[in-house]
Amino acid sequence: MRTEFRLSGSGGQGLLLAGIVLAEAAILDDKNAVQTQSYGPEARGGSSKAEVVISETDIDYPKATDPDYLLALTADAYKTYGKLMGKGLIIVDSSVPLDPEIKARTTAVPILSTASDVIGKMVVANIVALGVLGGVSGIVKPETLEKAVLNRVPKGTEELNIKALKAGLEIASKARETQV
Amino acid sequence: MSDSLKYFRQNRLPHIWCPGCGHGTITGAIIRAIAKLKLDKNRIVVVSGIGCSSRAPGYLDFDTLHTTHGRALAFATGIKLSRPDLKVIVMTGDGDATAIGGNHFIHAARRNIDITTIVMNNAIYGMTSGQYSPMTPVGMLGTTAPYGTVERPFDLAKMAIASGASYVARATSYHVQLLEEVIEKALLNKGFSVVEAVSQCPTYFGRKNKIGSAVDMLNMFKEHAVNVKAAAVMAPEKLEGKFLIGELHNQSAPEFTEEYQKLIEGVRRKFDNFQGGVRECAQNSD
Amino acid sequence: MTNAKLMQGNEACTLGALAAGLEFFAGYPITPSTEIAELCSEELPKIGGKFIQMEDEIGSIAAIIGASLTGRKSMTATSGPGFSLMQENLGYASLTEVPIVIINVQRVGPSTGMPTSLAQGDVMQARWGTHGDHPVVVLAPGNVKECFELTVKAFNIAEDYRVPVVVLSDEVIGHMREKVVLPEAKDIKVSTRATPEAPGGYLPYKADPDGGVPLMAPFGAGYRYHVTGLFHDDTGFPSNKGEVADVLLRRLQRKVEKAEPVIRDYAVESVDDCDVLVVAFGSSAMSALSAVRQARAKGVKAGLFRPKTIWPFPEEPLHDIATRAKRVIVAEMNLGQLVLEIERVVGGKAPVEKLGKINGELFKPEEILAAIMGGQR
Repeated sequence: MRTEFRLSGSGGQGLLLAGIVLAEAAILDDKNAVQTQSYGPEARGGSSKAEVVISETDIDYPKATDPDYLLALTADAYKTYGKLMGKGLIIVDSSVPLDPEIKARTTAVPILSTASDVIGKMVVANIVALGVLGGVSGIVKPETLEKAVLNRVPKGTEELNIKALKAGLEIASKARETQV
Repeated sequence: MSDSLKYFRQNRLPHIWCPGCGHGTITGAIIRAIAKLKLDKNRIVVVSGIGCSSRAPGYLDFDTLHTTHGRALAFATGIKLSRPDLKVIVMTGDGDATAIGGNHFIHAARRNIDITTIVMNNAIYGMTSGQYSPMTPVGMLGTTAPYGTVERPFDLAKMAIASGASYVARATSYHVQLLEEVIEKALLNKGFSVVEAVSQCPTYFGRKNKIGSAVDMLNMFKEHAVNVKAAAVMAPEKLEGKFLIGELHNQSAPEFTEEYQKLIEGVRRKFDNFQGGVRECAQNSD
Repeated sequence: MTNAKLMQGNEACTLGALAAGLEFFAGYPITPSTEIAELCSEELPKIGGKFIQMEDEIGSIAAIIGASLTGRKSMTATSGPGFSLMQENLGYASLTEVPIVIINVQRVGPSTGMPTSLAQGDVMQARWGTHGDHPVVVLAPGNVKECFELTVKAFNIAEDYRVPVVVLSDEVIGHMREKVVLPEAKDIKVSTRATPEAPGGYLPYKADPDGGVPLMAPFGAGYRYHVTGLFHDDTGFPSNKGEVADVLLRRLQRKVEKAEPVIRDYAVESVDDCDVLVVAFGSSAMSALSAVRQARAKGVKAGLFRPKTIWPFPEEPLHDIATRAKRVIVAEMNLGQLVLEIERVVGGKAPVEKLGKINGELFKPEEILAAIMGGQR
């Protein structure tokens, strides 16, 4: 079983790191994982897309072909990649106005506002998003995600990031309820 | 003289230079300076680029590297950084060092890497038969400057100083004793050292510009060169049309390969327990 | 499981180089290869190695040739524009027989092109970029683990045969992260160049004219020999004689020709009975593998031949497989480069079709699948 994630937003939001941590968590859970990205020349701003493919078996093609999950943190990303969605679920930040033209299953969740208002640091939006993706997909155990986050984040920020991850997982469990 | 002969690959002689060329005189000065300092010939590497001057290393009994046009200093940088214990000398020409190799020249100076660079400046491309170079004075003729060049030349010494070289001097193939002295000091300097050795090319520069024989060209050097010490007390109008010779700059500065060695030692202390292997990858590409 | 790690292709190249004994790196920043320089700048000082950021790519390759002449394993990394700048000195390394490794993480060209996007447009540049006939070995990793393995191999070939070796990676392979388990150091074969025993009578370029490899003395060890980019005889000193040039250049070419069966490397999938053979390398081969598997699932006998040595090309194995196929499709991220070599190798025994793509986005498996199925209607 191949599960595909596409994480999209603007450069500097840390989505690449979120993708890496998701892939590392999958490896810790003894699965195969491949992470790829596309990016513009800008280091900050510009569009950014990271993809993660997770599978129990060998992964040949490394990119997402028909993502199971699209995370979109900006209106641009939502419009660009939302249109391409087929069977999968769009997880869009609630600050983004929904487009009736985009027909794929969609759930709007407060990732950015949770990071800025609840946690108090916009920089951890990517870790909140990671919690949401991990929680909604159920592809890796929450404790593995936690371990993977701790492996990656800078010293001194562990507590903050775990708080962000848990907030994301919390959002996911609520979203799951409303989805079903 | 017998002392310096042992530094030559005598079986590689005669050289390819034209009769009257100044490059042999300069090569001789380099070798006498090396002999005077009693440098170990097994620990010297001489690197050159392309051009008449760059053929010199082939005649010298060291490890010698004849590279591509303009790149001698870049090759030499690799050798020196890899083996800081070796004495690295670059023999180059005005075209090689200041046109195609100009970028490497200023960066080697900027790093103050311990390389002794002898630029044999004959103000012309001799190997390709007489085109003007970035060191050709305004108005002089070359095969690609049939009406006289209108381009302004570099002042190589000023460029070297501005770029960070710690030792800079100029002499000519006429002022042989001075040349030998400044090369000796250049070899002793721990850092990037440049000696501009003004040389005569009677075959192309002299003939094209109707200066006359090699002797006439040497006399021209004699008449136009002013020692920097004498110049210090001369009125500016007296220096019109002259060029300075002697030691133009001598100011020690941190040397690149030594600084890098310190960096290595610092890093190794910091990673005392490092066993090699995998590190966390950088997170800056998002 | 214990040693499994998510690793980037560029990181794996660097770790492979270090495992092979890298001691000297010179480079110039260029996307998408820069992670290799960054990692070298961090790791080399820890082992007493040297890193330098040169003023350009011409200087970078010059510096590693200089360092290699002192006996240190040396490498640079770049992408298309920088690789173009290196070509003159790549020829110098070929002629002077100085072992070096160049990692070229390909991007879209020509010119500045699309720096952050994928292409495989340097197949021919890697082979014929410098002027004159010259030996060069080009390896193409098809996944992250192979970035490690083939960089080790690149150093071994460079040392064994005294040739410049190019690792032809690409933007997708270089930047993708994959689960990798690296081999332990004791299981990695590492070659070291053959050196003469002592100075005295050393002829730096003396070797069997039939592809022999001369012994290489390091500079600074008392040999006091001459190296030049001019044609030279056994002594290393320049010669303008036609017959000397002829012997030298034929020996250099023969070195790699003779080595081909030994250094040859490729991977195959489902080729024993295939009707449609797809040939692809690097990141394109990942799409091709997926397409071949999908075709098999639909009952079409498709197979994949993936060269890991691009130059010299593994001619015999491909010829054997291709002549049994009904069609050969060459999928590459350019407008038709490797296909020219495939046509030569297949020699008309099967039709060879070109599938090129240059928009910077990796082939989707269905694009290659469509080409496979195209002939099945």
